[in-house]
Amino acid sequence: MAAVPIVDYLVLGDEPHLVAKECTSCGARFFDRRNNCASCFATEFKDADIATTGELKAFTIVAFAAPGVPVPFVAGVIDCDGTSVRGNVINTDPDPEHVTLGMKVKLATYVVGTDDDGTEAIGFGFEPLEA
Amino acid sequence: MASDDIWILGINMTKFGKHPDLDTVDLAAQAANAALADGGVTMADMGILAAGNLMGMGGGIGQQLQKQIGQTGIPVINVSNACATGATALRTAIMALKAGEADYGLAVGVEKLAGAGLLGGGGTPKSDKNVFEPKGRYGAVTKTDGRIGTDTMPGVFAQIGMEYGHKYGGTSFELFAKISEKNHSHSTLNPLAAYTKKMTLEEIMGDMMIAYPNTRPMCSANCDGAAAAVVVTGAKLKTLSLEQQRRAVKVSASILTSDPWQESCQVLPDVNTLTKSAAKQAYEQAGVSPADLDLVELHDCFATAELVHYDNLGLCEEGGAVDFFLSGASWRDGKTPVNVSGGLQSKGHPIAATGIANIWEICHHLRGEAGDRQIEGAKVGLAHVIGLGSACGVHILEKSAA
Repeated sequence: MAAVPIVDYLVLGDEPHLVAKECTSCGARFFDRRNNCASCFATEFKDADIATTGELKAFTIVAFAAPGVPVPFVAGVIDCDGTSVRGNVINTDPDPEHVTLGMKVKLATYVVGTDDDGTEAIGFGFEPLEA
Repeated sequence: MASDDIWILGINMTKFGKHPDLDTVDLAAQAANAALADGGVTMADMGILAAGNLMGMGGGIGQQLQKQIGQTGIPVINVSNACATGATALRTAIMALKAGEADYGLAVGVEKLAGAGLLGGGGTPKSDKNVFEPKGRYGAVTKTDGRIGTDTMPGVFAQIGMEYGHKYGGTSFELFAKISEKNHSHSTLNPLAAYTKKMTLEEIMGDMMIAYPNTRPMCSANCDGAAAAVVVTGAKLKTLSLEQQRRAVKVSASILTSDPWQESCQVLPDVNTLTKSAAKQAYEQAGVSPADLDLVELHDCFATAELVHYDNLGLCEEGGAVDFFLSGASWRDGKTPVNVSGGLQSKGHPIAATGIANIWEICHHLRGEAGDRQIEGAKVGLAHVIGLGSACGVHILEKSAA
């Protein structure tokens, strides 16, 4: 079955991971295109793979969202070896007992949906790293 | 008073809340006319008008306002700077005076938001045939709000407070709720606040959860409202009546910043660096320190946001916001009263009006006209707003010596 990533900075395959555009001058990383690096204004970028494990440095448990967005869900910021990544915490109960600041997590993928041509969209989130 | 100082001559805010019978222009006109009357001047005196409205009737709120209260042909600048729109309008008028282009300026912010619901989430609906095609800057094949984090304001600012807790420790659901308890308590003394009901900690924590740890009363209240200010140069103020000079409030610092690049700012807005920068510049420009402040109105769009701004504005030492709050310092009888108006959580947050309304609150106390909620002997105050994107306005105001 054909599959596409939910966003273009998610790379599928045997080892799904995120990829950023890294400034070759100062190392700042961006998930979207920039004309110049926002930090140093340089113009050269290269692809950089993002670590697939990290630490949850901020989160919220969204209980009230726009129509069509299933709740509750955990939105967070994950420090992946120095690169901050935005993502949901998945595969655990969405409550403050199971989701805690500083918890170790790893990237996981799941099927978001299937379109009329039978193509699957693959999303990503971060699940607790087993002890 | 020095000739090149800038003063607030007249200022007003409407009652915040529901105004079903008044449209955006009506509300702006009410605040603007009241500010002019408060300053003892008319539209004929104004040399510049800066106005802001984000969600309203479409283009040119400044010109629409002129048609309601007086068309004199002066330059109008319509500004849009998220939640810092009102502060940006005021700063724009101040810059025109400092540039020598005018003796008087009028700044107005207005918003109709009652019943607006959740801000920030959602996205555009998909087309009829459902085929995954990459769209936009991230090549997204479907909506990402709720799948890759949250776009909702309560959720974004929840993470900002939690991030502070992760860095420095000491935060909890209860701590953030206690901040809200303070502001709702303060609001009972403010007749212009949208909500003036005291709430217990249990009521706040037990209310509807919006985005943990922010429950509904810990979120800013969507409401209608307008605020306006008349500014005047020191040189012109010297020619006015002693009563006008006595009630004028000195703008000791007017600072506007945007967010400089930080590593994580592309995934979670950084509201800290630009606020710290604005505060530092403001204290230098005004020649005052945080210890000199008799009251502070800061941008508590959510209870989780108020905490980080204690630190960002230098009201406590770095990392000390939790201890600062727990000491009672930010209650109205504390060392540095914060949001004695009730803050955005109870006074309300009609976005473009907020950045002038918080200055009105400070002026009210510096003039000794705040009635039941007067901070006795107030001489120096600070008003702060931040809009995501981001823009930060900080103004330091001082009582007239006249």
